[in-house]
Amino acid sequence: MTLWRVAAATAWLFALTAVQAQTSAADGIAQYRALLADGNPADLWEAKGEGLWKQKRGPGNASLEGCDLGKGAGVVKGAFVELPRYFTDTQRVQDLESRLLGCMQSQQGFDAGEIAATPFGRGEQVNIEALVAYVAAESRGLRFNLPQGHAEERKMLEVGKRVFFFRGGPYDFACASCHSEAGQRIRLQDLPNLTANPGDGVGFAAWPAYRVSSGELWSMQRRLNDCYRQQRFPYPGYASDATIALGVYMGVQARGAASTAPSIKR
Amino acid sequence: MTTSLQHGARAGLAAALALAAAGCGTAPDPLAADRATQAVMKASFREQGIAKLDRLVQDDVQKACSAETPPSDAVAKRLEDAQLATVKWPSDGVYVGDWREGEKLAQNGRGGTWTDAPGAPAGGNCYNCHQITKAEISFGTIGPSLYRYGKLRNVADPVDPASEAVVRYTWGKLWNAKAYNACSGMPRFGHAGLLTPGQIRDLMALLLDPKSPVNAQ
Repeated sequence: MTLWRVAAATAWLFALTAVQAQTSAADGIAQYRALLADGNPADLWEAKGEGLWKQKRGPGNASLEGCDLGKGAGVVKGAFVELPRYFTDTQRVQDLESRLLGCMQSQQGFDAGEIAATPFGRGEQVNIEALVAYVAAESRGLRFNLPQGHAEERKMLEVGKRVFFFRGGPYDFACASCHSEAGQRIRLQDLPNLTANPGDGVGFAAWPAYRVSSGELWSMQRRLNDCYRQQRFPYPGYASDATIALGVYMGVQARGAASTAPSIKR
Repeated sequence: MTTSLQHGARAGLAAALALAAAGCGTAPDPLAADRATQAVMKASFREQGIAKLDRLVQDDVQKACSAETPPSDAVAKRLEDAQLATVKWPSDGVYVGDWREGEKLAQNGRGGTWTDAPGAPAGGNCYNCHQITKAEISFGTIGPSLYRYGKLRNVADPVDPASEAVVRYTWGKLWNAKAYNACSGMPRFGHAGLLTPGQIRDLMALLLDPKSPVNAQ
């Protein structure tokens, strides 16, 4: 065997070992994710949410069945994949959570401002998690198709795009810092490219989701809130217009992608 | 349904959006959309813990790098020159510290969020975006691999004058990444006061010391 061949064989062995180390880590993660997908505890939130939707509650002792999520009063199926959208009664573009919040005030007599100021995972925010899971699940498998017919909807798309690329804070981060290229990771966490359509059940089409690491059901608002925390930004208001505009931007990019929400995350 | 809490902010936004709608065809006027965005940003955030609202006041780099398309080469060059002028080089000429401390910093992703206590020590967040050592397989890929950083640049001894160019560039990059790439995704660790000069020395050692696992393994 020539010296060259020995060197080539050694280099090949080194390369193989490196590939195996990478592959076994990636395989392990894939295996873990497959196991997770087997039973999604989001079912529990969905069932609770359905009950809450129909239950007479609040100072007004009313259900949410009079709530119009965009497809007419009380229509839940198909609403999720068309939100955020413009509502004539409020004259605003609203996402699912700002719309639910409004309905809880107008239909049930809750104080929307008080609920918006409540930390995630407490008080009525816990009920919103369940409602969000129920409404999303009723559109599982349907494809995103946000309306862009109203001037305000087009405006919020443009605003959302600008909010997405807005760099600030001590780390100079924007949403785009982590989500403008496909195939990138933070540590081992895959990051969807949200400036294009990331595909069925990825990015906007995956949230709300059950998070195994915390045992919680996270809504899109909560997901965005934690993104902003890690961006080292100040605190985005619950159902604030910046978060709704981001929803329009991500939702329009995701047109045609099938929703898997509520999905399951690590 | 508008809550009293957000009513004022909404009214401001509605005015901005109405302005944006004036003369509207199908595509919104970009300048009007810019104004509407400013109103939305102003109305949507509040301070929490150490994360105050001044974090939304953009400097010229952040402003120029907040669009889908990057600034022109001429603008980028001007920004880079200005950022390079902000770099504080070590007053005692010591660029390299302890790679073991550097590795700890590289692993540490804490600091700067509204859940971090005031004055709590921050990490370098390096592994979030970079491969660094061979041993750590949980690394991000937003930034380039730094594995064998010094070795690939022929740094046999970081205090040898032959290594000066690489050593100075690496310090400058850690201090202010925008000095070399105006819209770099990397934070300006020295410039923004995220890490002390001593901590940057330790990160320098992690990258450049031939005994560091970055170069020795």
